[in-house]
Amino acid sequence: MTDAIEAQSLQKTYGDVVALDGLDLRVEAGTVFGLLGPNGAGKTTLVRILATLLQPTGGRAAVLGHDVVAEPLAVRRSIGMAGQLAAVDGELTGRENVEMVARLYRFPKVEARRRAGDVLDRFGLADVADRRAATYSGGMRRRLDLAAGLIGRPPVVLLDEPTSGLDPRSRQELWVIVEELRREGTTVLLTTQYLDEADRLAQRIGVVDHGRIAAQGTPAELKAAIGENVLRVRVDPAVVADAAAALAGLGSGDEPRVDAAGGEIRVAVADPAVSAEAVRRLDAGHVPIAAVELQQPSLDDVFLTLTGRPAEAPSTHDIPAEEAA
Amino acid sequence: MTSTHFPTRRRLTPAEMVSDTSVIAQRQLRKVLRRPMYVVYLFVQPVILVLLFRYVFGGAIATGGVSYVDYLMPGIIAMTAVFGALTTGLGITEDLAAGVIDRFRSLPIAHSALLIGRTAADLATNAVSIVVILALGFVIGFRPSEPVWSVALALALILAFAYVFSWISAFVGISVRNPETAQSIGFIWVFPLVFASSAFVPTDTMPAGVRAFADVNPVTLVVDAARALMIGHGDALAPALGTLAWLAAVLVVFVPLSVRALRKA
Repeated sequence: MTDAIEAQSLQKTYGDVVALDGLDLRVEAGTVFGLLGPNGAGKTTLVRILATLLQPTGGRAAVLGHDVVAEPLAVRRSIGMAGQLAAVDGELTGRENVEMVARLYRFPKVEARRRAGDVLDRFGLADVADRRAATYSGGMRRRLDLAAGLIGRPPVVLLDEPTSGLDPRSRQELWVIVEELRREGTTVLLTTQYLDEADRLAQRIGVVDHGRIAAQGTPAELKAAIGENVLRVRVDPAVVADAAAALAGLGSGDEPRVDAAGGEIRVAVADPAVSAEAVRRLDAGHVPIAAVELQQPSLDDVFLTLTGRPAEAPSTHDIPAEEAA
Repeated sequence: MTSTHFPTRRRLTPAEMVSDTSVIAQRQLRKVLRRPMYVVYLFVQPVILVLLFRYVFGGAIATGGVSYVDYLMPGIIAMTAVFGALTTGLGITEDLAAGVIDRFRSLPIAHSALLIGRTAADLATNAVSIVVILALGFVIGFRPSEPVWSVALALALILAFAYVFSWISAFVGISVRNPETAQSIGFIWVFPLVFASSAFVPTDTMPAGVRAFADVNPVTLVVDAARALMIGHGDALAPALGTLAWLAAVLVVFVPLSVRALRKA
């Protein structure tokens, strides 16, 4: 097994703030790896180090065997990147934007034009290719940004929260693109805050917490650990203890998690049919029910299960030292 | 064939750097042409100042036998060029905020190509704006006494000056990252240079301290040289050499500083 992306004890600190705390990561060539974590967990820092935009303060990282510090140019020849911002020029047309990036990969003019046409076609931007990018919707701008990142057909693609802030339809369209990359055998490192996104796209998922990988495995392993579904029961906060007692032992894994003030109880369940059982038990215990709902586990559920803490967003992790001090 | 075009080589060839630089410069020029308000901004301020000095302050400024409009125009042209250089830094802060610089930095190109391309495009924009101001000067009575080549030499010197100042502006932009801050810092370092100089008034009426500053101020040097080359006012060689010395010094300091700052941005 060859690793397309490799990080060993990777460290990045900004003054007192630790963004990456000895992170270890291996991404097998030709696979999609999903990095799941809240804001401030260190996901963006990792992507920026792998893209040679930031220098680590310790440890090492390599892309296709090229060290990110010693051989930045070789790394940049191997990667395509799309970040949280759609880094496109609004004054230029979609075509001009991707053609420019193709020229910076030093494709000859004719080849750059051909590739630009292809990639715009592929990302459903052919009709608007000659309109200025400023007139594009948010989803179209992201796709254009991704098109620019992929125009060199890089073997390794880094996607930093590619769907954050997008409407459901645009998210879907981006997912289709990532699935296509996966079929073509491109190595993709994708960061996300959404469990469903990582589940759908990635062959392996790493959960990032405070600058390190807290857990990793296949989506199936991860879901086995946290439960396929989460049963969410809402009751009057006054009777929340009675409700919790009635639901004890119902779930597939840990005890129910109780939010007393909010009157909410969350239970990881393997079998969706238990929601009926939950209603029966609460009814038998004379606990009035406000709502019972079966949900997919959220990022919070993952974090509570794997780290025992909710997915907090320690805002200082985003801030470089000068500002945090 | 002894070419070293295998994909892991560590350095870029000069031809690759030229190609990257020209792509970056073209991008910038396209953007300028498509942003009409930006072009207006480039001209409005100098045009207002030309008219203000020519018709409001000019009558009260003694320039020792030279008509004020002739005295003024080399100064206004230099000021236009220096203000034009400020747009380099502003543009870089915008590109940083938009993530465009990150995109470029993730590509296999030289960081210096980003800055050389950008400053070259700003030089072209600046050349157009000083030609516009020169034309306006002719309309309001500017009559250079020197031959065309000499006037052209003056304009070239001013443009070289503006180009070098683009690098200071670039460094400030990369360092502060924020467009508003870059703008205010720009005014802080540019205003004293432009106004405590011989651009609008002779330095000999200034108090001793200010005058000492004005006389070594590179803006004074370039304006004095331009004035000599355009209207035959004073000696050209000494201030021209002084200007070139300044420009060389600024380039030696700010080119590496800016490239390094961009690498870490």
